[in-house]
Amino acid sequence: MYLTKEEEDILDGGKGEVLERLFRLLVRLGDIYGAEKMIPVGSVQVAGVSYKSVGDPGLAFLEDMASKGAKVKVLTYLNPAGMDLENWEKLGFPKDFAKNQIRVMDAFKKMGIVVTSTCTPYLAGNLPRFREHIAWSESSAVSFSNSVIGARTNREGGPSALAAAICGRTPNYGLHLWEKRQPNVKINIDADLSFSSDFGALGYFVGKQVKNKIPYFTGIKDANTDQLKALGAAMAASGAVALYHAENLTPEADLVEKNGLETINVSKKELDETYEKLNSGKDPDIVILGCPHASLREISSLADKLKGKHLKKPVWICTSRMMKEAADRMGFTEIIEKAGGSIVADTCMVVSPIERMGYKTTGVNSGKAANYLPGFCKQDVVFANIDKLVEGQA
Amino acid sequence: MNGRMISPGTAKGVAIVSTEPIGFYGGIDIKTGIVIEKDHPLEGKSVKNKILVFPCGKGSTVGSYVIYGLKKNGVAPAGIINKETETIVATGVILAGIPCIDQIDIEKIKDGDAVLLDADNALVTVQ
Repeated sequence: MYLTKEEEDILDGGKGEVLERLFRLLVRLGDIYGAEKMIPVGSVQVAGVSYKSVGDPGLAFLEDMASKGAKVKVLTYLNPAGMDLENWEKLGFPKDFAKNQIRVMDAFKKMGIVVTSTCTPYLAGNLPRFREHIAWSESSAVSFSNSVIGARTNREGGPSALAAAICGRTPNYGLHLWEKRQPNVKINIDADLSFSSDFGALGYFVGKQVKNKIPYFTGIKDANTDQLKALGAAMAASGAVALYHAENLTPEADLVEKNGLETINVSKKELDETYEKLNSGKDPDIVILGCPHASLREISSLADKLKGKHLKKPVWICTSRMMKEAADRMGFTEIIEKAGGSIVADTCMVVSPIERMGYKTTGVNSGKAANYLPGFCKQDVVFANIDKLVEGQA
Repeated sequence: MNGRMISPGTAKGVAIVSTEPIGFYGGIDIKTGIVIEKDHPLEGKSVKNKILVFPCGKGSTVGSYVIYGLKKNGVAPAGIINKETETIVATGVILAGIPCIDQIDIEKIKDGDAVLLDADNALVTVQ
């Protein structure tokens, strides 16, 4: 790979041990994947934030970087933490867990990273432009920024994103290159999609089928950004889809080459089967919405459904701190809390230790959450649309 | 078989082969090295000290930290062989120092085979 004089100096240790170690990782990745050079990145989003995900080894790694003076060069956001960073005690998050989670956050802050924890940075002040090169790692945010915005990022691992933030660069390969953004399978939809959970079921099914390919969707009549976020998140969880195109809906769909692709047809039958497959439980102990983090529109819609109701069992909606502030101001938080629900910021059901909080069966409307909860939170799952879930808790 | 070196080093061990992709985050327990993903072909099996063979990674990008954590906790595979290693797995094995090769025809490796993985020379030998 071609390196500038400055980059060679970093690699030779001229800018210190931390930069050398992290830049070496980027150069190694660039060599493996055939990058010809490094490119500057406009912003970074780092995954591996919950103490539950990174554990003691990750915490030690981050504290080591921070103590050696590592500092980010570009706007860098974080993925959800393992708890609500302000309201964790009231929501019942374990104290020992909280202590370690706060250490993780302190290490990130020391490196100059914005300690707002969200899987939807694009809704919270970190919004790339069309064709901007970025290095993001949260798999659903990678999908959204590549597909819906048309920015360019590979699926970065937590540490490789951190390296990109601290070096301000990423190797130029994969989805940074136009020729690598062409679809290689066509997905034709012959079904009505109305709820976010329908898009989640579709995403789960397609991700399983296409693994790490780039799908080109036809036949999706309409979808707002919340629904596209649900679709991409599920495909990135059940498969490794980092980019999709959707006819008339995403910005690169008109520009890519889509002739002669193998076609997979998806009808109501496949979606019904996916709903069935993702249901492993009955009667949720708790319903958790907001995977990926809820937009203000989604919070507002939940507030509408809960207005004047009294929940028998808890309903959480997870979101970013920014959306929570707006929900507070609009009175949505009050309505949801009066009904017995909670708006939980900074975290989500997948990365928080819900299995230690007495919950055994969780209701979700997210294909991504339904994918992860059984393995990572030892939960039985009820996967359904928001109306059915809320009705069941009232 | 010749492949591409992802992470240097050599390793020897018994192969544990998955025909399905592996998502390390939520798929493998970081403390025990046991596969916990429901309905995964390797569910309930341990990857500790094995030569872990699978087509490609999938799922969460936190997987890199899980691979690093498996190594620090002493329950990591001795080596990894892929059809195609994507960035998440590559970052994890480089950081953890686990030998890894990809671009291997993994259908030629069977569960329980004794495998020698020489990543420095990008060479896999089934014994």
